[in-house]
Amino acid sequence: MPDRGFAAGTGATNVGLHRFAVLLAAATLLLVFAGGLVTSTESGLSVPDWPTTYGYNMFTFPLSKWVGGIRFEHSHRLIASMVGLLTIVLAVWLQRREGRRWVRRLGWAALAIVIAQGLLGGLTVLLFLPPAVSVAHACLAQTFFCVVVTLAVVTSPRFRDRAPRSFSATFGANPLARLAAWATGLVYLQLLVGAIMRHTKAGLAIPDFPLALGRVVPPLDAFPVAIHFVHRVNAVAIAAVVGVLVARAIRSRRPGLARLSLVLGALVLVQIGLGAATVLSRKDVLVTTAHVACGALVLGTALSFGIGAMAAERRRGNVIPMRPSLSGRAAAWK
Amino acid sequence: MRQRVVFLIFGTLTSLALLACGGKKDEDALMEEETAKTSTSAAAPAAPAAASAAAPAAAPATGGATVTGKVAFDGTAPTEPAIKMDADAYCKSQHATPVYEQEVVVNPNKTLQWVLVYVKEGVNGSYPAPTAAVELNQQGCQYHPHVFGIQTGQPLKVVNSDGTLHNIHALPKKNAEFNIGQPFKGMETVKKFDNPETGLRFKCDVHKWMGAYCGVFNHPFFAVTNDQGAFEIKNLPPGNYVIEAWHEKYGTQTQNVTITGSEAKTVDFSFKG
Ligand code: HEM
Ligand code: HEM
Repeated sequence: MPDRGFAAGTGATNVGLHRFAVLLAAATLLLVFAGGLVTSTESGLSVPDWPTTYGYNMFTFPLSKWVGGIRFEHSHRLIASMVGLLTIVLAVWLQRREGRRWVRRLGWAALAIVIAQGLLGGLTVLLFLPPAVSVAHACLAQTFFCVVVTLAVVTSPRFRDRAPRSFSATFGANPLARLAAWATGLVYLQLLVGAIMRHTKAGLAIPDFPLALGRVVPPLDAFPVAIHFVHRVNAVAIAAVVGVLVARAIRSRRPGLARLSLVLGALVLVQIGLGAATVLSRKDVLVTTAHVACGALVLGTALSFGIGAMAAERRRGNVIPMRPSLSGRAAAWK
Repeated sequence: MRQRVVFLIFGTLTSLALLACGGKKDEDALMEEETAKTSTSAAAPAAPAAASAAAPAAAPATGGATVTGKVAFDGTAPTEPAIKMDADAYCKSQHATPVYEQEVVVNPNKTLQWVLVYVKEGVNGSYPAPTAAVELNQQGCQYHPHVFGIQTGQPLKVVNSDGTLHNIHALPKKNAEFNIGQPFKGMETVKKFDNPETGLRFKCDVHKWMGAYCGVFNHPFFAVTNDQGAFEIKNLPPGNYVIEAWHEKYGTQTQNVTITGSEAKTVDFSFKG
């Protein structure tokens, strides 16, 4: 448990800020699921206008009109607005209370990304879902999730106590962090490939599993088959890297990391199971959407593990101070 | 300090709400706005000047010949699934008996309904677009008619006769795609297509089962088979023609026909199930 004692006075705010970032991460995961539902139910264009909803202000669109595909598209937009709002609050809160400049900047970056993401969402509606825009929207969504997860991890009291002095120096000397970087990178690539597959309707280009078109390696001339197969091969690569990561983490004698690595390993197994189920259920809406959301969870967990691995063993010297608030606290010091 | 944060948050909330657009308008205002949007041309912006826009080389030639025929269906009729309208209680309430998909409608006399039959090749001259609109009606959360033909430049009047929302999403290949909303009963929108194409699909993304098809022609020689599987193309001038029959599932078939005067010709097609 974090040593709250030394940060007396600022500890309360610290924990609140961290909890708020965790809340935002959870809300974002829900939003990814809601977005996945829009794609899976093919209701992306059930609301033809944006930023209005059938001419209404989106916040006053009557509940009685939530029918058919609109139920998915409109609720996705509302949850997105909520997440946007929480992001504004987090950025402002960080600006006022966070001592590390890069963390404050990351807060503003999150806000910039969520705004860009909202615009991309609108654009995809106005342009009738061109695959390139939909893929960008899918990838930026999880990029945003990564930023929020990072904020949640680095604002945690536990990380504050043990933050490395220099990320780059720590990274070079830390095999666990490097493994985690590989895992995170491969999962991000998997997301990109998955999104391309999803939005070029190649999800069932290989309809069988574990074989691919009855073979170990299917003929790869057709793009849909090729992109789908890349997704499967990369899943194997991810499983391998995460397998090594789990083994090393368990041997590292850092129980927190070992536990997190087991969570990551389990999530990867679940995710591969969901991927197989997606194919075998011929893209059942809930299974497929769960695969999208669990993909985000795998990504976020790999990233958290990487950041956690860079955190040093507890050393008091590493403590990061909270930023004394500009007016209120300065007055209290006088 | 706390006050300032509250103010900031409140301010952002308000501006977001405002940004999200001009407050809720009342239904009438919305309707007027929609109805006023008449004659929006759906031509692809980059499309070259359409043939129909060029000065007519010859006066529109109409003749006295009639081509009639039937489209037979060979095989066992697939059973169309009953449409589940649970996603919208209004749609469900509009049907006391089950409604079926209209992809393959085999008539009792073993003919096929919803086949678009048209002159594919051989028409000379240009034919001005009729000013009378073709109507595509949304009723009972289905499109009426399911398949239709229209001339380039002819108004297409899309009507919402339902007490629920529809979006009308056109997926043309040679005209500009559009997606419009009709949230209220009685709404009308008029659209036009400038370039000929067949198999132009309309869908509603609110009610996924809703689908319609149209063919766009730069002449008036087309017809859709009825519940007897019959069609009739009238006023054909003399000439050598290629007649094509198009079905959304079974594709196309063509036949040649030569018209010399004001005769009545019969051209029959048969699609295998
Ligand atoms: C601001 C935060 C937002 C996030 C994090 C987000 C996230 C997502 C995600 C994860 C998907 C699923 C992608 C997939 O399954 O491949 C999605 C789909 C979609 N989102 Fe968003 N979204 C946001 C905002 C918006 C907004 C403001 C709109 C406005 C219209 C919007 C419209 C859509 C549409 C239409 C789809 C379906 C795309 C398709 O089927 O191709 N999104 N979103
Ligand atoms: C660790 C492994 C995996 C990860 C992290 C992962 C991640 C993802 C993600 C994030 C998406 C959606 C991208 C988007 O937002 O649009 C996706 C799509 C998909 N994945 Fe995976 N995936 C994994 C393994 C698999 C496996 C083993 C299969 C099985 C064959 C599979 C099958 C699919 C399919 C079919 C889609 C597209 C669904 C559609 O067309 O709607 N995935 N994957």
